[in-house]
Amino acid sequence: MNSSEGKLKSSSSELDLDRPNIEDYLPSGSSIQEPHGKLRLRDLLDISPALTEAAGAIVDDSFTRCFKSNPPEPWNWNVYLFPLWCCGVVFRYLILFPMRALVLTIGWIIFLSCFIPVHFLLKGNDNLRKKMERALVELICSFFVASWTGVVKYHGPRPSMRPKQVFVANHTSMIDFIILEQMTAFAVIMQKHPGWVGLLQSTILESVGCIWFNRSEAKDREIVTRKLREHSQGADNNPLLIFPEGTCVNNQYSVMFKKGAFELGCTVCPIAIKYNKIFVDAFWNSRKQSFTMHLLQLMTSWAVVCDVWYLEPQNLRPGETPIEFAERDIISVRAGLKKVPWDGYLKYSRPSPKHRERKQQSFAESVLRGLELEEK
Amino acid sequence: MGNTSSMLTQYDIEEVQQHFSQQEIVSLYERFCQLDRNGGGFVSGEEFLSVPEFAVNPLSQRLLTMLDGLNFKEFVAFLSAFSPRATVQQKIEFIFKVYDSDGNGKVTFNDMLDVLHDLTGQFISEQQREQVLTKVLEEAGYTKESLLVMSDFVKILGSSGLKMEVEVPVD
Repeated sequence: MNSSEGKLKSSSSELDLDRPNIEDYLPSGSSIQEPHGKLRLRDLLDISPALTEAAGAIVDDSFTRCFKSNPPEPWNWNVYLFPLWCCGVVFRYLILFPMRALVLTIGWIIFLSCFIPVHFLLKGNDNLRKKMERALVELICSFFVASWTGVVKYHGPRPSMRPKQVFVANHTSMIDFIILEQMTAFAVIMQKHPGWVGLLQSTILESVGCIWFNRSEAKDREIVTRKLREHSQGADNNPLLIFPEGTCVNNQYSVMFKKGAFELGCTVCPIAIKYNKIFVDAFWNSRKQSFTMHLLQLMTSWAVVCDVWYLEPQNLRPGETPIEFAERDIISVRAGLKKVPWDGYLKYSRPSPKHRERKQQSFAESVLRGLELEEK
Repeated sequence: MGNTSSMLTQYDIEEVQQHFSQQEIVSLYERFCQLDRNGGGFVSGEEFLSVPEFAVNPLSQRLLTMLDGLNFKEFVAFLSAFSPRATVQQKIEFIFKVYDSDGNGKVTFNDMLDVLHDLTGQFISEQQREQVLTKVLEEAGYTKESLLVMSDFVKILGSSGLKMEVEVPVD
């Protein structure tokens, strides 16, 4: 996974264009006290507003809150409940888990014994091959969902598949993709992962038409935007699924949606996903766990229960910018998520100096004003 | 990290409990563990900078010299100046420490110039900064060569109703 230590660098200016004015959301107006009238020594020495803001950010900040795991409340805290909980643990690990692993293994055997022949033997007959591969990918995803005893309730009419249409959803874990994929074979845009996940990505997911990106590559953005556009225009391609947050968030908050999905000139169909925390906290904290550990955790929990809402397709309104389009609240309202105005990529990079400079500029101007007043 | 408050003993709480209530200390401990990602028992400068709201603050670099490598006890001590129960004297002492980067108890013209530079960035020239600072210093009865000590700061800032408080969220 991406290492966070020692690789932080200032985000490029391209990311700046993505953002609405963060100052609208940060707590106080200007963090630096602006002196009024005559400038005194006190005005220059009193740095308490800036210090207070800094201390406030140290004590609690809206960005870190988005990535806080929220395990369910421990209920095994007394003499009667503890043995019950122990029985539960035994049941989950020694009975449920082997059964689920078995189900998953069977699923993989079936899948591979069908997929490999279809992939190689039907090389000539592309249409049929694509249809079968799509059905097989949906199948293996259903097996995955079964292996966590996934109870997924789909709401709302699923929009009919048309060209020039993209789907966007909030992102909590890579299992979001699997849950959606079991119903419809989407083509998804994903970060390329190492290990067995990467292997699956390059072989099987390739067949449904996935697009890879690399967060750390600066030029990557242009290439990806081009690929997105090409894919969405193609009539034959699987419908495109995009997670505009760009990173996994803990299903209680949602970070800013990147505008990439909203400037393709397509209809955007929002999908909201909300997991029921009572059964398991489905948030994949990629800084704390590998995906394998995350799956094992799911497979040793009671169930993964979630709601999926297919929401009304949206189009760009006349006079609306893609950023404003991306900022529309539809998914977070439906899934009960609190919106936070930070770019999800700040997990991997530092904020641009632009914000600090704005504060510096307003203070500098008031100091200069005070100076001018003196000279009059 | 699991139930972090169980790792904090009553003895630990009493050791650091000067200006914060019991629940606030528990909250601060959870926050400390959240910031201390590699679990080493102290928070590095990098880990503080991973909080975007902190990183965009103009004084962040200056504060990092005070914050780098703090353990939990030092972390609470650092934040105690921002508690509503801290006295004005303690708050002014904190501000003094921020200015007095070499810790010798004296704040020089250059120290003040440096902080002013942090706050104004590239939007004022160095010359204008010097000009402004010299002017207000002289009006207050000091000179460019004056070395300000703690009592000077108390005199200058004490009367102005210093507001420097942070609320610790208690779940």
